[in-house]
Amino acid sequence: MHAVTVTPAPHSAPKPAHEWAVELVGIDKRFGPVHANKDVTLRFAPASIHGLVGENGAGKSTLMSILYGFYQADSGQILVRGREVAIKGSQDAIGLGIGMVHQHFMLVETFTVLENLLLGHEGGPLLAPAVARARKEVEALERTFGLEVPLDALVSDLPVGVQQRVEILKALYRGADVLILDEPTAVLSPPEVAQLFRILERLRAEGRTVVLITHKLKEIMAITDHVSVLRRGAVVAEFATAETNRQQLADAMVGRKANLEVEKAPAAAGPVLLAAEGVNVVDARGVTTLKNASLTVRAGEIVGVAGVAGNGQSELLEVLSGMLPFASGTLTIKGETLKAGSAYDPADARRRGLAHVPEDRLKLAVVKEFPAAQSAILGYHDDKPLGRGWRLDWKRVTAKTAELMERFDVRPRDPSLRTALFSGGNQQKLVMAREMEKEPDILLVGQPTRGVDIGAIAFIHKQLVGLRDRGKAILLVSAELDEIMALSDRILVMCDGEIVGELSAAEATESRIGSMMAGVSAGEEQ
Amino acid sequence: MSAGTGSDNLPWWATAVLLPVINVVLALIVSAIVILAIGEDPLGAMWTMVQGALGTSEGLGYTLYYATSLIFTALAVAVAFHGGLFNIGGEGQAYLGGLGVGLVCLAVGDMPWYLVLPLSVLGGAAFGGLWGAIPGYLQAYRGSHVVITTIMFNFIASSLMVYLMVNVLIRPGQMSPESAQFDKATFLPLVQDMAAAIGIQMNPSPLNFSLFLALAACVLVWAFIWHTRWGFALRTVGANENAARYAGIDPKKVIIIAMALSGALAGLLGVNEIHGVQHRLLLNFPAGMGFTGIAVALMGRNHPAGIVPAAILFGMLYQGGTELIFDYPSISRELVVVIQGVVILFAGALEHMFRPALVRLFTPKPAGV
Repeated sequence: MHAVTVTPAPHSAPKPAHEWAVELVGIDKRFGPVHANKDVTLRFAPASIHGLVGENGAGKSTLMSILYGFYQADSGQILVRGREVAIKGSQDAIGLGIGMVHQHFMLVETFTVLENLLLGHEGGPLLAPAVARARKEVEALERTFGLEVPLDALVSDLPVGVQQRVEILKALYRGADVLILDEPTAVLSPPEVAQLFRILERLRAEGRTVVLITHKLKEIMAITDHVSVLRRGAVVAEFATAETNRQQLADAMVGRKANLEVEKAPAAAGPVLLAAEGVNVVDARGVTTLKNASLTVRAGEIVGVAGVAGNGQSELLEVLSGMLPFASGTLTIKGETLKAGSAYDPADARRRGLAHVPEDRLKLAVVKEFPAAQSAILGYHDDKPLGRGWRLDWKRVTAKTAELMERFDVRPRDPSLRTALFSGGNQQKLVMAREMEKEPDILLVGQPTRGVDIGAIAFIHKQLVGLRDRGKAILLVSAELDEIMALSDRILVMCDGEIVGELSAAEATESRIGSMMAGVSAGEEQ
Repeated sequence: MSAGTGSDNLPWWATAVLLPVINVVLALIVSAIVILAIGEDPLGAMWTMVQGALGTSEGLGYTLYYATSLIFTALAVAVAFHGGLFNIGGEGQAYLGGLGVGLVCLAVGDMPWYLVLPLSVLGGAAFGGLWGAIPGYLQAYRGSHVVITTIMFNFIASSLMVYLMVNVLIRPGQMSPESAQFDKATFLPLVQDMAAAIGIQMNPSPLNFSLFLALAACVLVWAFIWHTRWGFALRTVGANENAARYAGIDPKKVIIIAMALSGALAGLLGVNEIHGVQHRLLLNFPAGMGFTGIAVALMGRNHPAGIVPAAILFGMLYQGGTELIFDYPSISRELVVVIQGVVILFAGALEHMFRPALVRLFTPKPAGV
């Protein structure tokens, strides 16, 4: 196993200080006993795209929050264009030409794009003159950077990709010279990602600096000039992107050889265990969010569902798991057919041998305030062996949790620790352990590795493949195309609430899935 | 990296004991300033209050009698709270609960008290529970917030009771709206009589057998919330309704059950007040105990082990306050209400004021910084 090589980035040769757009020198930050940033020194060159990678909790967000003024560093300096500055809040950061595009957009949905851009820059009691002035300036920006945005559309009517462009435009309108993007591609379809990258390249060409925080190494390789790797709060490696590769970056992130591939034998598919036929879901507003969904999942196979977030995958999972009623169609679970309106809820689903790892871990799968042992029995609190009669026996629950933690390597192994205090990966392992414990015949899995670090991803993938090999049926919903392609034996693609296509693992390529995911907009692309 | 050291992880005793004690001490200091401002001796006044509440067997009896009612209404708040519901309707539920108790006691004739007690408990719990379950249903199926509906139900309960007492239940040929008295055989034994039976002399007070019922309710509530599958479902709904849905727990059902249980507990105030003391139905017997129960529950951290001492403290304020008015002519009834209000303010509304400071004090400083 080769050790991680810490190659000095090529641009670290001595240069005049002002040749850096932003320098973070010796940044140190603690939160109580947690050492979030350890003596971090990073330099971002002007007219470049700098990647920042690291596992969850490696300190990327803390570092960028310090640069954007949300936190103050305990020690260290920040230099902007060679001059030392104090950034006490986001207003200071904006004043210094630092802009940030958050993972969750900070837009007023009921305002138009132009009104959003104007927020905080009204410049007087009357709106009309400001609007006219802003329109001119924004149109100039749009031309310069090739950012096309309908200025008079309501933000709520725009697709996420366009909303993100509004965020970028907002930062530029406020004079951002350095633009920080936090996981910008998490919500985008592949064509939208390509569009975003074209915009970032244009920004670079116009002399702006882009800092890209992501955990997708492929994106780092595709677009950045330099990349810094953080691990446990410290910079452990810096590379010129051209001189490194995904494996090297992954190894640096986890501090050991990382396994990027999923090893699995061809599927030996058995009888159909889960089937849906023409299932429709209508939400409270009367919108059909899942249209005429039909699918089958056989014993011993993993069926992947690809799609941009919000195209009906969540509804599909919720219908199949009994959380959401369906308006028409039928479900067939292990040969038993359920019609619309028949009593079917999550407790019933579990009794039938169907387990569900939901997409949104903190919202659905655990209770943050509970000790781990109580989150570990969520959904199974009526199981006979966990108590006597009405009573829950905490000794047995704790012993059971300790056993699950041991089997799924949940750290720290403390059933009495509050669930919120576990890292995302360890929470997810606990949820997987709980749902796989009973050897369910059918497992529904949503975003199994969202917010999970690389080491835990490999472990979770191995568990899923193991369950498949034991002859269970698995339906996998994921926003990560790589994950879908690595694990699935068949792939369904969803767009706009419909299952628009099915591919076998052999015929699936990223571009084929990508254009199906994008639906009609595939034609507009390029 | 996330060991058991969240930024707000205080040791349990700091949250459960230190914080309430700091709050009460501060409230007493503020009250002392108020007493000083009207020209009385604050230490003397405080001593009178403590003396009046605990110093005599009569005072102690009254203190515990008030505490009994407060334990019921505070447990009611706590049960709803763990289900994520803020039940402000304890007053109305207690009122209706008392009606249930009274109807049972009127109906049973001269049955002995130990046979009547289970029935009057059922009557109080059923009427109070129903009065809580209706807002619960409205919340679960109609989305009407319980905070709003329970307040409204307090008014409805009040009007309903006036109607019933004036037009239906009033003893014929009498001016004041009161029912006939229950049969003597049904009266709950007073603690002074129980003490006398084992040779302890106590001065008369309204403290009655309901105290033991209240303590039993504490144990049952504790076991229910933390040691049953239902309690687990209740706490899951309270902490994260979506996770409850995912877990196959029906939040609608849990909300209705939680409000029914909450109302039932508040309704047991009627056992203490109607079955134990008044021995007839009358108006306004909850006397604000339903509201004070909210403060008691807040101070007791919605846990029976905290509710009992908090209820006794408030019982002391009620009883000691009465003594204070007797002994200090310049101190009026209103000033006692001020003192009670200051304690509620510090113990309830401002309970987290000192929390950040305590967190700083208890967070281990990292070495080398």
